[in-house]
Amino acid sequence: MSPISATNDFVIKFANVNGSGSASANQLFGKSIIRMGVPVAPRNIFPSNIQGLPTWYEIRVSEAGYLGARAGVDFMVAMNPQTWTQDVASILPGGYLFYDSSKPMPKSKFREDINVIGVPLTEMCNREYTDARQRQLFKNIIYVGALSALLDIEVEVLETLIGEQFKGKDKLIQPNIHALHMGRDYALNNLKCPIGLRVRRANAVGDRISIEGNAAAGLGAVYGGATVCAWYPITPSTSLAEAFTKYCTKFRVDPETGENKFAIVQAEDELASIGMVIGAAWNGSRAFTATSGPGISLMQEFLGLAYFAEVPAVIFDVQRTGPSTGMPTRSQQCDVLSCAYASHGDTKHVLLFPEDPHECFTMGAQSFDLADRLQTPIFVLLDLDIGMNERLCAPLEWDDSRLYDRGKIMTYEALEAGKDFGRYLDVDGDGIPYRTYPGTHPKRGSFFTRGSSKDRYAKYTEEATAYKDNMDRLLRKFETAKGLVPRPIETKAKVATRIGALYYGSTSPAMREAAELLAADGMPIDIMRVRGFPFHQDVVDFINAHDEVFIVEQNRDAQLRTLVVNECSIDPARLVPVLHYDGTPITATFISEGIAMRLNPPVQQRLKEAVA
Amino acid sequence: MTYLAKPKLHHPSLQPNQLGFTRRDYEGAISTLCAGCGHDSISAALIQACYQLDLPPHRIAKLSGIGCSSKTPTYFLGASHGFNSVHGRMPSVLTGANLANRDLIYLGVSGDGDSASIGLGQFAHLMRRGVNMTYIVENNGVYGLTKGQFSATSDRGSKSKKGAINADEAIDMAALALQLGATFVARSFSGDKTQLVPLIEAALSHQGTAFIDCISPCVAFNNHVGSTKSFDYVREHNEAVNFLDVITPRAEITTEYDEGAVQEVTQHDGSVLRLRKLAGDYDVNDRIAAMRFLAEHHAQGEIVTGLLFVDPEPEDLHVHIKTVPTPLKELNETALCPGSAALAKLNASLR
Repeated sequence: MSPISATNDFVIKFANVNGSGSASANQLFGKSIIRMGVPVAPRNIFPSNIQGLPTWYEIRVSEAGYLGARAGVDFMVAMNPQTWTQDVASILPGGYLFYDSSKPMPKSKFREDINVIGVPLTEMCNREYTDARQRQLFKNIIYVGALSALLDIEVEVLETLIGEQFKGKDKLIQPNIHALHMGRDYALNNLKCPIGLRVRRANAVGDRISIEGNAAAGLGAVYGGATVCAWYPITPSTSLAEAFTKYCTKFRVDPETGENKFAIVQAEDELASIGMVIGAAWNGSRAFTATSGPGISLMQEFLGLAYFAEVPAVIFDVQRTGPSTGMPTRSQQCDVLSCAYASHGDTKHVLLFPEDPHECFTMGAQSFDLADRLQTPIFVLLDLDIGMNERLCAPLEWDDSRLYDRGKIMTYEALEAGKDFGRYLDVDGDGIPYRTYPGTHPKRGSFFTRGSSKDRYAKYTEEATAYKDNMDRLLRKFETAKGLVPRPIETKAKVATRIGALYYGSTSPAMREAAELLAADGMPIDIMRVRGFPFHQDVVDFINAHDEVFIVEQNRDAQLRTLVVNECSIDPARLVPVLHYDGTPITATFISEGIAMRLNPPVQQRLKEAVA
Repeated sequence: MTYLAKPKLHHPSLQPNQLGFTRRDYEGAISTLCAGCGHDSISAALIQACYQLDLPPHRIAKLSGIGCSSKTPTYFLGASHGFNSVHGRMPSVLTGANLANRDLIYLGVSGDGDSASIGLGQFAHLMRRGVNMTYIVENNGVYGLTKGQFSATSDRGSKSKKGAINADEAIDMAALALQLGATFVARSFSGDKTQLVPLIEAALSHQGTAFIDCISPCVAFNNHVGSTKSFDYVREHNEAVNFLDVITPRAEITTEYDEGAVQEVTQHDGSVLRLRKLAGDYDVNDRIAAMRFLAEHHAQGEIVTGLLFVDPEPEDLHVHIKTVPTPLKELNETALCPGSAALAKLNASLR
């Protein structure tokens, strides 16, 4: 088996023990490749645990810019004896195994068809350091140094990054650079460098930035004018509330008084979180919560109240694998239906589907305008894959002339002028009524907010026509939402085709890559990325314009397909699901093979169908 | 309930308060509760207290959960915004509202089912956080709207209308509030307006979490012999620790009392709580003594009422989280949005 040879196009995976300090070394490694102008897509694969269990860090290096996950490992950094067997097994034939060769290993532990690279990391550390923690931490930097020689990464880039990382803690710079060179020198002196896999300086990153989706969404909430955040810790959404806290501390503290232009409350549970959000938004603040699937389940009753009483709210749902506790640290798109139809009774909610951190920021900020404009909960559906991984994306932008859209507010002046105020009165025909903030006017504009039925003037009623009138207006309002949520984006194949695929959220990079793979195999497809619910007419037009339409999702039950079938009255037979739901991020080959299989069934299947 | 609305015209002899409002301006819609319901007396006491304190009705926000008690905010303060939220969750909605606008006066109305059963968690956490509000539990020991099931504040041994005996221990909301850090804790009785009105006035003036456990007999389902929440039973076992006069900052202190018989507490807003002691040396500033007093008298089968504890210098949630004095809802883009230059810098740090 000849060694794999590839430049700027390979997958390297680090197998570590969590809590061992490997994360920052692995990030340093990934960032050095980006600084050499080559795009990378890193992914953390970690257990629901703090210390001692296996964790992996997978980096896809792709000058072509493919940021979706890719199956198979070209280079394995096997630092965890617990997972050795499965790690060695995951290496592609001709791939490379990098391991700590301090202790001799029996030959049976290796494979014939891979290239084994041993560096005596523990031995080197024990010789150099006496402190146990130092031995552990520097071991990580030493292997990064060795990798730089093996993969031809510019050592100056790594040195610069170490300098940036420890800026302000300058005395840590030299020891880290020393450890880096220990590893690098060992490799240069004892191993054949570089190997078949290489990094070569390129110019494919441009002005893109690397940021986690949760951080970008938290920042979006700052820019979008959120002042109240109520949340309850839950993986994988916790870092979103923490990012909001961090950016508020950076941008929203009065420098003179030290007082905060924000309020963040860690609530006792998700019910209290959404309750606080609804109370704050009712009273005129922009408010949000961040949660995951189990939190959405707990919030159901309140979400119905917000829908029916028409109170704005923003909910960031960083989806993880369900049902129940599921796999808290694995990714899925499995809350689409529980968010779209949250709560008892007839309800429908507005959903946004960001594809990457850039959209987490823009949609995060936009969600507050939508919530105020539509006076209803807005769900921003991230998932763990984009929420908790740094992803290369377009730089974040803000137009300084942009004003917050606070929606239809009846002011003191309007009330004073004697304008008729009916809280649930459809004045403009778009289904959206006017509201007043509590405390506006001494004599006019007060009303009672309730989850029970009311008439157009917010007066309690159980009268049939008044109830129906209100429910029908809510539908009109939802119709209005179609024109306000982000429109879907269609990417046409280079040649005309009657085949199409719908997709959304974190599936984006894998889908785009899959479309290229399919085109190269003579199966060009048009693809449309759905960015919001309710669905725009474009989605229906796209389905109607194609003979065969696939819908690619990361859940078992094809939840978006259910929503499309249900809300757009599409014949279910027209939508072929391609579903990935094992908790790992979807890959381009999974999609392209799934689609190709359907378009070009294997001979056996075709025979079977012919006989039938 | 009555179907006869009061005439819209105010009687000319009605006295306006300092803001020019009469008592009628603090009323709401006609109550739909049962005739003789204790809750209606509490609504009347609330109206009286707000009127006497010269509070602008529109600067009060009244919030509630679900149940008979939670329906009452419709029946008072018609010029205030109200929010009838979901069962047991008034505390979180009110906390959020308070975060958004610290300048309004917050009144939370709840019941024993709403706050002691389904909402016990939210009740507890609101007390812990010190939300600046008045929290009234209209406590009748029974589920009224679902026709007579025991609630979590029903005393052990109390008899239901259908004859069942309650075997579960009762939750004492006032004792809980003391333990959880409420800075004003009182208990009263809907049948004793002279005690209740000044307690509500004091609670509304208090700049922290003020809790009033107000026993309010349910005439339909819990006012029979054998119930420990009936009018007769409560009157018989009521052990008031003090009688309260609230003297607003503007009012002149005229009455004189013997030294030792009176305890005065000046609240942060300048109002003076003048307490005529009825139970020996009861010290209204001693939280631990109050807890002990409650426990001892509970063991003797007595219902302790009056102002049980007050901290004259309370800290509220806004102090804890250091929010700006301007209500957060008033902040605009200039105050909230860091702008494109800051974003450009951030982008640069992420490359």
